[in-house]
Amino acid sequence: VTSDLGRDDARSDRRPARPAPLTNPSAGQGPPLTRGNGGLEPRATPYLFVLPFFVVFAIVGLFPLLYTGWVSVHDWNLILGKGGFVGLGNFREILNDRLFWIALRNSLSIFVIAVVPQIVVALAIAAALDRNLRRATLWRMGVLLPFVVMPVAVALIFGSMFGDQYGLVNQLLGKIGLGPIGWHSDVLASHVAIATMVDYRWTGYTALILLAGMQAIPRDYYEAATMDGANPVRQFFYITLPSLRATLIFVIITATIGGLQIFDEPRLYDNRGLGGSDGQWLTLTLYLYNSGWTNLDFGRAAATAWLLFLLIAVLAVINLGITSLVAGRESGRAARLRRSRLTRDKKADS
Amino acid sequence: MHSRFTRRHARRGRRGQRAAALALTVVSAMALAACGGGDDDGGSSGGKITLKVATYGDFGYTDAMFAQYEKDHPGIKVETSVAASSEDARTNMLTKLAAGSGLADVEAVEISWVAQLRQYAELFQPVEDDDYGDWVGYQKDPVTLDDDTLFGYGVATGPEAMCYRADLLEQAGMPSDPDSVAAMVGDWDSFFAAGEQYAAGGGKAWFDSAYMIYNAQVEQLEYPYENADDEIVAASDPEVETVFRDTLAVAPTQSAHLEPFSEDWAAATANGGFAVMACPSWMLGVIEGNASEVTTWKIANAFPGGGGNVGGSFLVVPKQSNHAKEAAELASWLTAPAQQIEAFKNAGPFPSRVDALDDPALADITNAYFGDAPVGTTFADRTEAIDTVMYKGPHYLAIDAAIYGAITRVESGQQSVDDSWDQFVDEVKGIE
Repeated sequence: VTSDLGRDDARSDRRPARPAPLTNPSAGQGPPLTRGNGGLEPRATPYLFVLPFFVVFAIVGLFPLLYTGWVSVHDWNLILGKGGFVGLGNFREILNDRLFWIALRNSLSIFVIAVVPQIVVALAIAAALDRNLRRATLWRMGVLLPFVVMPVAVALIFGSMFGDQYGLVNQLLGKIGLGPIGWHSDVLASHVAIATMVDYRWTGYTALILLAGMQAIPRDYYEAATMDGANPVRQFFYITLPSLRATLIFVIITATIGGLQIFDEPRLYDNRGLGGSDGQWLTLTLYLYNSGWTNLDFGRAAATAWLLFLLIAVLAVINLGITSLVAGRESGRAARLRRSRLTRDKKADS
Repeated sequence: MHSRFTRRHARRGRRGQRAAALALTVVSAMALAACGGGDDDGGSSGGKITLKVATYGDFGYTDAMFAQYEKDHPGIKVETSVAASSEDARTNMLTKLAAGSGLADVEAVEISWVAQLRQYAELFQPVEDDDYGDWVGYQKDPVTLDDDTLFGYGVATGPEAMCYRADLLEQAGMPSDPDSVAAMVGDWDSFFAAGEQYAAGGGKAWFDSAYMIYNAQVEQLEYPYENADDEIVAASDPEVETVFRDTLAVAPTQSAHLEPFSEDWAAATANGGFAVMACPSWMLGVIEGNASEVTTWKIANAFPGGGGNVGGSFLVVPKQSNHAKEAAELASWLTAPAQQIEAFKNAGPFPSRVDALDDPALADITNAYFGDAPVGTTFADRTEAIDTVMYKGPHYLAIDAAIYGAITRVESGQQSVDDSWDQFVDEVKGIE
C-alpha cells in the first residue's frame, strides 16, 4: 500500500492539476471567443465555428444517404441506371431472402465475438499503459503497430494460419492432440477466425483511445481511494470504469459501426470471396456487395445499405443503454463528488 | 477463366501482384487528385498520346514488348497497370462503366464475366481493321454479337493437358513416363480407374479438388448451365447432375478435398498432397510458383474426353477512351500471333489466333521446370483435340458460385451429396 501511495504521489506531482476535459462543461463558450466581437451576437459564434463540419457532412454524408434511399425504391441496374419505381419491392425481396438472414446472423455473431474480447483486452492494455512505465511512448506506439498493417496483409497472414489442412493453428492443435478445426467449413470457427483478424488490427487502437480517457481522470480520486484502503482492482471498477463512461460509449458505438461493416476480412477469407460454401461467413456488407457487383442489382444493394444503416442505429441505441447500465455509477457517487469538486473550484476561482 | 483460376496465380507472384495493386491504388488516387486541376486532354501532352493498358494476374506482357511498340509507333506512350485478380478487374470495370469514366484505354476481360459485358457491348469499340487473322472459334464466340461484329480481341485460351507427379506415381507402382500416363487418362472412366489404382498402391489423394475435376468435365459440355437463349438449365440438365454425382462418388478416396487456389492447395502442390492436376496451359506457371523446389511435376499430352478448355481472356477498348482508334490498334497488336506466342512463353496463356498455332516459333517452346516438356506442341495438340466448349451466359458466375458451394459442402463433410444437390437446385431457382 505504501509503495502504491508513493507512486501515485509521484504521478500527481508530475502532472499537477491537469484540467479534466470530462469535467469542464464551460469549454467552447467561454469569454475568450466572444470578447471584442462588437455587434456580432455572441451566442451565434460557436455555431459559426461548427458550421463547416455540417456543410461538409451534408455533402458527403447526408446526400449519399438520401440518394441511396432514392435508389433503393427503384429498379436500378448498376450500369444501365434507373429503371421503374418499385416502392418497397427491393426491401421485400431482401427480407424474403434466406441469405439475408444468414448474413444478419453472421454480422451480429462476428460483431459480438470480435467486440467483446476487444474491449476487455483493450481495457486491460490501457490500464497497464496507464501505469508509470519506462519508455511509455514506445509501448503506446507498439500497441498501435498492428493497426498500420494493411488489412489485405492481415488477411493473407491469418488466411495462411487458419488453413484447414496445413495451417499453423491446426498443426499446433494437432501437436497437443486436438483434432483439426474446419476453419472454412464450420460457422462458429470461421467467425472466430475472422474476429481474430479484426481484433488483431483494432485492439491497440481501442486501447489508446481508452488510455486517453484514463489519463484524463483526476489523480486525486485514486489518492483518496488509496487512503480509504481500496485496492487497485476496486479502484478500477469504482473509479476508472465509471469515469470512462463517455469514452466507452464512443468506443462501443464506433466498434458497433465498424463491426457491422466488416468487409475486407470475410471477403479475403477464401479465394472466392463470396462468404463460404453455405454462407458461413457471409456478412451484410458482403451480401450488399454481391447484390450490387455480382448481380448488378444496385437498387437491391441500396436497400441493403439502408437496412444496415437502420440496424446499426438500433444497435447503437441499445449499446448506449447497456453502457449506461455498466458504467452507470457515474450518475451516483463519482458524479456527486465531481460536481461538488467543481463548485468548490469555481468558488475558489471567483 | 473463372475468377478463382486467375484470381491468384502463383503464391509468390500473388503477393507481388497485391503489392502492385496497392501501389496502383495509391498512384490512381494521386492521378485522381491531379485531375482536379481541370486537365481534360485525356492523357496527351506535347503531341504525345498516352495509352493506358489495364490487365490482371499475369498476361505475360513485358516492358520490352511495350517499348518495342512505342518505338514502332512514335508519339505513343503506353502505361500499364495490373489488378491482383480477375474479380478485382471486374469490379473496377463495372464501377467505372457505371460512372461513365475512369477506365483505361485498353481493358482486360475474363471469359467468366465477358457475358455480363455483352449486354453493354455498345459501350465498347467494335473490332475493326484487325489484320492479324482469325481466332479459334471458342475464343471468338463469346465476343461476337448478333450482327457478327466483335467487341473484344481474343488474348488467350486455356487448353487442358494433364499434370502429374512422376515420383508419386512410381511410389504407387504406376508407370510415370508421359506416354504411359497419357494412355491412362484418355477418358474419364480410365482417369478415375487410375485413381483407384493409385489409392490401392498406397497413394494419398489422386487429384486436388472435386470442384476442379467436376469443372473440367462440365467445361466439355455445350450448354450445361444456360441454353442459347440464356435460360438457366443447370438444375434440370441431367448431364450436370451426373457429373456432379459421379465426381463426388469417387471424391472420398481420390480427392485431396482442397479449396482450389487456397494456401492449403498451394502447400499441397509442393508437399505431395495429390498426384495429378487438370492443367490448362496457364496452370504451368501456377504450379511452378507453388512448388518451385519440386522437380517431379511432369505433363502428359492427353486429357480425359479428348480436349477441353478452361479459361480465356480478352482485351476491349471502352468508348470512354479519348484515343479509341490508337487504343484499338494497340489491342490488335497485343493479340497478334507474335505477341501471343511471346506471352505464352512468359506466363502460359495459350495463343488463340489460328495463325499462331502453326507458327514454328510456338512449336519450339519448351518448359524447363516440367523436364523440358515440349509445351508448345503439347498445347497445340490439346487445342486440336477440343471439340466442345461450354457456353457461358450472363448467369454463369452465379451458377458457378452455387455449384462450387455445393461441391465444397460435400467435400468438407457438411452435407450429403443428395442434400447438397437439393440445396443447389433451390439456389439456382433464386438466380435471376
